[in-house]
Amino acid sequence: MPAVTMVEAINAGLADAMADDERVLVFGEDVGVQGGVFRVTDGLQARFGKSRCFDTPLAESAIVGVALGMAMRGLRPVTEIQFDGFSYPAFDQIVSHLAKYRSRTRGALPVPVTIRIPSFGGIGAAEHHSESTETYWVHSAGLHVVVPSTPADAYSLLRDAIESDDPVVYLEPKRRYWIKQEMERGGRTEPIGRAVVRREGGDATVVTYGGLVGTALEAASLAEREHGWALEVVDLRSLVPLDFETVATSVIKTGRCLVMHEAPRTLGMGAEIAARVQEELFWNLEAPVLRVTGFDTPYPPARLEPMWLPGVDRLLDTVERSLSYGD
Amino acid sequence: MVNVLVQAVDLQPFQVIGPDGSPLGDQSRVPPIPDPELVALYEWMATTRALDAEFINLQRQGQLALFPSCRGQEAAQIGCATALRDDDWLFPQYRELGVMLVRGIHPGGVGAYWRGSHQGGVGLIERHCAPMSIPIGTHALHAVGAAMAARQLGEDSVTVAFIGDGSTSEGDVHEALNFAAVFDAPCIFYVQNNQWAISVPVTDQFRGPSIAHMATGYGMPGVRVDGNDVLACRSVVSEAAERARAGAGPTLVEAVTYRLGAHTTSDDPTRYRSAEEVANWEALDPIPRFQKYLEQRGLWSSRVEAQVAERAASLCTELRAAVFDAPDPSPLLLFDYVFSHPTTELDRQAALMAAELERLEP
Repeated sequence: MPAVTMVEAINAGLADAMADDERVLVFGEDVGVQGGVFRVTDGLQARFGKSRCFDTPLAESAIVGVALGMAMRGLRPVTEIQFDGFSYPAFDQIVSHLAKYRSRTRGALPVPVTIRIPSFGGIGAAEHHSESTETYWVHSAGLHVVVPSTPADAYSLLRDAIESDDPVVYLEPKRRYWIKQEMERGGRTEPIGRAVVRREGGDATVVTYGGLVGTALEAASLAEREHGWALEVVDLRSLVPLDFETVATSVIKTGRCLVMHEAPRTLGMGAEIAARVQEELFWNLEAPVLRVTGFDTPYPPARLEPMWLPGVDRLLDTVERSLSYGD
Repeated sequence: MVNVLVQAVDLQPFQVIGPDGSPLGDQSRVPPIPDPELVALYEWMATTRALDAEFINLQRQGQLALFPSCRGQEAAQIGCATALRDDDWLFPQYRELGVMLVRGIHPGGVGAYWRGSHQGGVGLIERHCAPMSIPIGTHALHAVGAAMAARQLGEDSVTVAFIGDGSTSEGDVHEALNFAAVFDAPCIFYVQNNQWAISVPVTDQFRGPSIAHMATGYGMPGVRVDGNDVLACRSVVSEAAERARAGAGPTLVEAVTYRLGAHTTSDDPTRYRSAEEVANWEALDPIPRFQKYLEQRGLWSSRVEAQVAERAASLCTELRAAVFDAPDPSPLLLFDYVFSHPTTELDRQAALMAAELERLEP
């Protein structure tokens, strides 16, 4: 099996979906000749023609609004929003329209639209290029939200997203774009709505997703080596639907739960998971659920990013607080 | 360099019927319409007006939450809607009662929407009509996407975005016009300029000579038409539809009309406009004007009048029957249509609501 990067895996997912179903279109800013600023759509226009893969004028609200209109007529558009911070002009189209059309028509109008957004920080990018937008989408009923952390998952979750009759916001962790993994093209991993345990351990559960899965795994190795702590790492993969069962099974086993994300702390995914864990697993807990997150500040300039983003140190400090709770 | 269309826009609205009902201007642009169809245009307009009044009554009787009247805009709506084919897609705003009637959408379904029984679009999609759209101008983008899809699917259908004078200030309408032009989308932007965006007059909405003139900047034709002249509206939309079907791209049509009633049943227009202004526009009422036209052509009779009144009354009765004390849908329906497949979390929440309902009605 060849090793591919996440960029190559997403490209393969798009190409295979387009080859399998002529209703699938790919469009956005610079996705045509250029192949996207991250080369995710490289070669698609040459292979499938300008009617299937095309550049649009620079207008994010239009990219999503037009995709919705196309979906109403039976096409399956896959749109690229060039960067997380530029998804906000499309916010109204996503939240007021895309998310609600199925409900508003009592199911008469499925909306098979996939919105790909290169997302999150960690690559030293310019302002507005490192945002964590997931909470907005998760909080808007009617959207599926997925975040792959590996090339194989990126391929499989994208194919699932395009085949889904519901709108899917597909957040691509830019810092994982160039990691390599052996991948069998066409192979599928767990479907949307399932979390995966990436590393087993009995002392504490670390729930995370996207770019921080790698950080959590690195921290878990270090923790075992240096402290003898066995951390279990749960990769959510899918934020809506949320696989709480996998989280619960792990927390029942370890009695301790930490949630890690780049997004600012207040009302992030950590708040939701902490609430659910204490609602349902109160008597299983040995310590309060703790959050390892970005801060409630605007995203910092690139030079300060390493101190802002949750990393191995912040995670292990928090694990220590959890393990020593009540001592 | 792409060949860019720079076409002069006539500030004077296109007219074919004068205010006294006599033919005016270039009659050659009016497509041939058989006599019974001319009478039908009157019937649609009069029925729309009668139903409009019934909707307001029902709101006053506490049966509807709200209703936005289209009184005064019947010619603009019926002229446009009857120029289209049944496979052409409509993207209405919320004031397109006349358009929806012509499309065969039952007023009872529209009533259920304004009663608050469902949101947006039950019984519309099968008639090639998008859900009504309350956020201003956002649906213009959906219309452009649908039009682009029609081309992709090899159809010669046309998609019409119904927008208003206020919506031309919205960013999404700019993006929609630009996308439609760039992609040659078979789309008609049909602006009913009814002079008022709630309390803001069209003179405070933009500084250009007219809405139709905006088309020049996008590289598409712009047409101003007398929105109270049903034949002129029909002619202009027929021309735009023909262009679109032939692959020549979008058109921006500005139908100059007037909202004789309030913005909605919650609005009091006496706060922002004078009785004289309204009276001036009452004198240009499209329905008596078209009646005079039919009279001059020998197509008007007391039999036609009685027939129209009877049809309007029967539709009003059907509307009342559909909404009066209509039972509310089960709240559990809310959970059924969020996604194509139920999620564990929504099932959990639906169970919570079901338990609440059981406690309320054992």
